[in-house]
Amino acid sequence: MKVLVPVKRVIDYNVKVRVKSDQTGVDLANVKMSMNPFDEIAVEEAVRLKEKGVVEEIVVVSIGPQQAQETLRTALAMGADRGILVKTDETVEPLNVAKILKGIVGEENPDLVILGKQAIDDDANQTGQMLAALLDWPQGTFASEVVIEDGKATVTREIDGGLQTLALQTPAIVTTDLRLNEPRYASLPNIMKAKKKPIDEKAPGDYGVDTAARLSVVKVTEPPEREAGEIVEDVSTLVSKLKSEGAL
Amino acid sequence: MAVLVIADHDNESLFDATHKTVTAAKAFGGDIDVLVAGKGSGAVAEAAAKIDGVRKVLHAESDTLEKQLAEAMEALIVPLMDGYDAIFAPATTMGKNCTPRIAAKLDVMQVSDITAIEGTDTFERPIYAGNAIMTVKSSDAKKVVTVRTTSFDAAGEGGSASVEAIDAPTGPFKSAFVEEKIVQSDRPELTSAKRVVSGGRALGSKDEFDRLIVPLADKLGAAVGASRAAVDAGYAPNDYQVGQTGKIVAPELYIAVGISGAIQHLAGMKDSKIIVAINKDEEAPIFQVADYGLVADLFNAVPELTEAL
Repeated sequence: MKVLVPVKRVIDYNVKVRVKSDQTGVDLANVKMSMNPFDEIAVEEAVRLKEKGVVEEIVVVSIGPQQAQETLRTALAMGADRGILVKTDETVEPLNVAKILKGIVGEENPDLVILGKQAIDDDANQTGQMLAALLDWPQGTFASEVVIEDGKATVTREIDGGLQTLALQTPAIVTTDLRLNEPRYASLPNIMKAKKKPIDEKAPGDYGVDTAARLSVVKVTEPPEREAGEIVEDVSTLVSKLKSEGAL
Repeated sequence: MAVLVIADHDNESLFDATHKTVTAAKAFGGDIDVLVAGKGSGAVAEAAAKIDGVRKVLHAESDTLEKQLAEAMEALIVPLMDGYDAIFAPATTMGKNCTPRIAAKLDVMQVSDITAIEGTDTFERPIYAGNAIMTVKSSDAKKVVTVRTTSFDAAGEGGSASVEAIDAPTGPFKSAFVEEKIVQSDRPELTSAKRVVSGGRALGSKDEFDRLIVPLADKLGAAVGASRAAVDAGYAPNDYQVGQTGKIVAPELYIAVGISGAIQHLAGMKDSKIIVAINKDEEAPIFQVADYGLVADLFNAVPELTEAL
């Protein structure tokens, strides 16, 4: 079985983002960038399936600037076999990402595409579902467990109020939630080995996709700040304050 | 202009998220129809017809729609969209799962998780876990939108829309429902509760979480939440997680116990009306958003608070 895992280069999740003063976006200059955490979980899941002998080959793809190659190297160091960099300096919206991925699926014919459920920059939570629609494949989103058996993917999903399990025919789309697994750190020997693994370079045009945006950014602003509150002495003061506010 | 609102429900009751999505659709403008897709969901369709401002309820029933799985919802909704200019769904797990599939079929770039509407093509939405607010203008002919329900009030009752039965797609589909484990509880549902008590890693164990957080929540008639750290440590189940990647809540009263206040957590609760933080670390970031902070050992303060109520 072959698995495709798309990975996105985003601002590291520990970095406090700053909105640019001209309101055109957030400041990306000299900021630490990393693989989207949900995508790390997707790579890890693919590597575990390979370790179990269910998967033979893991192909990782990233759509972004030249530096997205570093993100691919990280995935290769975790255990993926080869990479595809679809190079563009434009911001590519989820719909166009899904169209490019559809093109790659057409060439690679994977049995499974595992994606992060959302990227922590735009928080869109769309790409996996959109790709499933474009391919007419079944989808198991927000996965907390994935079992592959007899050409079927049994996916347990985190839904409001609990868990739901679906059986998907393959080929299928899975998107990862936080508790699917805990991604490994790549070892130094694996990081060295990853440098020799192949990365193909492509462009959105190779898949016939025009990356023009449908959503134009009017402005990006800071969220409204909460006013600083007060520190109360003890529990009884807290209770009387809450009572006087009508909160109890 | 006409908007189709996708109802979220469990075939027995209509979820409040639907009423809030109707309010967002009203701000967008035009006639509002609500789609109820399910099985044995007649009472839900009747409830949707009573929402103030609804023109008509479309009601589709079948085995394949019982769990509102994405493939069946796509097959049902995409053909309906000839008659609509926009589709609004709540950003619940149902809406997040189904709506992008419909958007892709319509060749529309979805606008996710909107928190405000400025006209028929311009929307506000949080990005970077709520650390920035982006205003976007859509150039697509039809709009596909999911709605952050905590940002809109629930539409009232008082409507008397007609209910029109429509055909359900028959499939076959490539995904099948196996089972569901839904937590049964008498507590209010986390995302719509008026009061929420959340516990963090400082509780130290599941036993302490249950011993301290649950009685306080019971006393207040509150829903129980948890930080990601507490969920990851196994003190509370997954669906208790409040935060950018969990549930977004905005109750009238939010009590954070032993939660330091990581950005990820704050993104899920900072729109609460009154925030109370109990933490022994006075430097904890949670105090920067709290209306009332109590610097104290939670193992003493929480039982005392429960007792005092």
